[in-house]
Amino acid sequence: MKVLVAVKRVVDPYVKIRVKPNHQGVETEHVKHAMNPFDEIAIEEALRLFEKNLVTEVVAVSIGSDACLETLRHALALGAHRAIHIKTDEVFESLNIAKLLHAIAQKESPDLVLLGKQAIDGDNNQTPQMLAALLDWPQATFASALVLDSNTHKLTVTREVDAGLETISLDLPAVVSTDLRLNEPRYASLPNIMKAKQKPLDIVLASDLGVLLTKHVEVMSVKPPRVRQAGIKVASVDELLEKLRHEAKVL
Amino acid sequence: MRVLVLVEHDHAHIHPSTAHVLNAARALGDEVILLVAGAGCGAVAEQAAKLEGVTKIFIADDVAYTHFFADNVSALVAMCSEGVGAILAPATTFGKDILPRVAAKLNMTQVSDVTQIIDSDTFEHPIYAGNAIETVRVLDEIKILTIRTTAFDAVVDEQPPCAIEVLDVAVEPSKIAFIDASSSISERPDLSSAKRVVSGGRGLQSTEHFKLIEDLADALGAAVGASRAAVDAGFISNDHQVGQTGKIVAPNLYMAVGISGAIQHVAGIKDSKVIVAINKDEEAPIFQVADYALVGDLFKLVPELIEKLKA
Repeated sequence: MKVLVAVKRVVDPYVKIRVKPNHQGVETEHVKHAMNPFDEIAIEEALRLFEKNLVTEVVAVSIGSDACLETLRHALALGAHRAIHIKTDEVFESLNIAKLLHAIAQKESPDLVLLGKQAIDGDNNQTPQMLAALLDWPQATFASALVLDSNTHKLTVTREVDAGLETISLDLPAVVSTDLRLNEPRYASLPNIMKAKQKPLDIVLASDLGVLLTKHVEVMSVKPPRVRQAGIKVASVDELLEKLRHEAKVL
Repeated sequence: MRVLVLVEHDHAHIHPSTAHVLNAARALGDEVILLVAGAGCGAVAEQAAKLEGVTKIFIADDVAYTHFFADNVSALVAMCSEGVGAILAPATTFGKDILPRVAAKLNMTQVSDVTQIIDSDTFEHPIYAGNAIETVRVLDEIKILTIRTTAFDAVVDEQPPCAIEVLDVAVEPSKIAFIDASSSISERPDLSSAKRVVSGGRGLQSTEHFKLIEDLADALGAAVGASRAAVDAGFISNDHQVGQTGKIVAPNLYMAVGISGAIQHVAGIKDSKVIVAINKDEEAPIFQVADYALVGDLFKLVPELIEKLKA
């Protein structure tokens, strides 16, 4: 049984981002990048399935410029068995990312595709659902627990939904998007970082995958948000209540 | 333009999010159709028909839609898309699960968390945890949008009920099966739409102490929220998490107690009218966005606050 995990290189979550002065995007040059935290959780979950002898291979895939080789090497250092780099200098919208992943899924025929529920740059929360639609596979979004039964070929997933938790069962193959509390990702050890350099990493050009990638959306501008100013310090509970009642008038 | 809205509900009641999405729909088109899919959801269709500005209700009542599985509900929505200029759903876990799947089925894009409608094909939405606002123009024939409910007022007025049309479409079986669900039943207001919210963070230290937050919320008639740290630590269940990946709130009064204020948390609260922060660390980033900052020991301040609110 094979698991395909999609990983994205994003601006590090601890970096305070800056909107470009020309409002054409967010400054990403000379900014620390990292693997999307939700994708790290997806990799971790795939590795745990492998360590439980429930799957035989974990394949990481990433789409982007040569910079995302670093992200794939990280996935390999964590324990993925091989990696696929879909090379392109274009920045694609979610639908086209899903189409490229669809092409890879058709080649690789995984039993399970794991992806982070959203990338922390675009915050779109779309690609897993779109990929599931293109594959016509069942999906489980926002997974916080996952149990794979390799005998019945069924997956039980607990989802974090607005009302609480929902547990569902899916027939494989399936697409699962991972949420924060699914697991605590491991760190790559130095020997594994060294070993990762020997692991197979295939490079395919996005343009060679035979996928029609038309533009469906155009970014017009990116602006900084309205900034909230810090208010005042109150000295006591009494002063706070007085302000809330008579100044803010919210009580 | 004809706009189709996917209604979120629990088979008995329409979810508060729909009234907000309806306002976004009315800003886009003059004809608004609400799609109610479920099993035994006739009461919901009747409630939906009375919301002001709704032109027609589509109802798809089948046991296959009981748990709103993304595969067959998205197939249903796609089947209803003919002649439609826009498809909207709330940016809740319900809408986010289904709508991208609808978009991919139709070979179209989807815009997430729309906060402003500029014109019929141009929309604003936050990216990078709300640290940037992106304006996008959709080139597809149908604009498929999840709506951030806090960015649009709710439709509150009623109208004489509009027509309810029973959909006669083939029901696709789902490849998903329901096992169980835990939902915390609470007397408190719904977190996403509450006028007042009290949230607790790591500073509460334990599940027992987190009860202080609930007591303060009750004294204020507020909903209970939490930071990711408090949920991760098990002080309270996941459905209370506020922030970039949890719920987005915009109450009149938001009280953050023992919350440091990571950008991911602030992303979920910054449209609140008034933010109060109580924290012992004077340097906590939450104070940079708080209107009223109370520095001190929450275990002394919160009981005092509760007592004085009750007095």
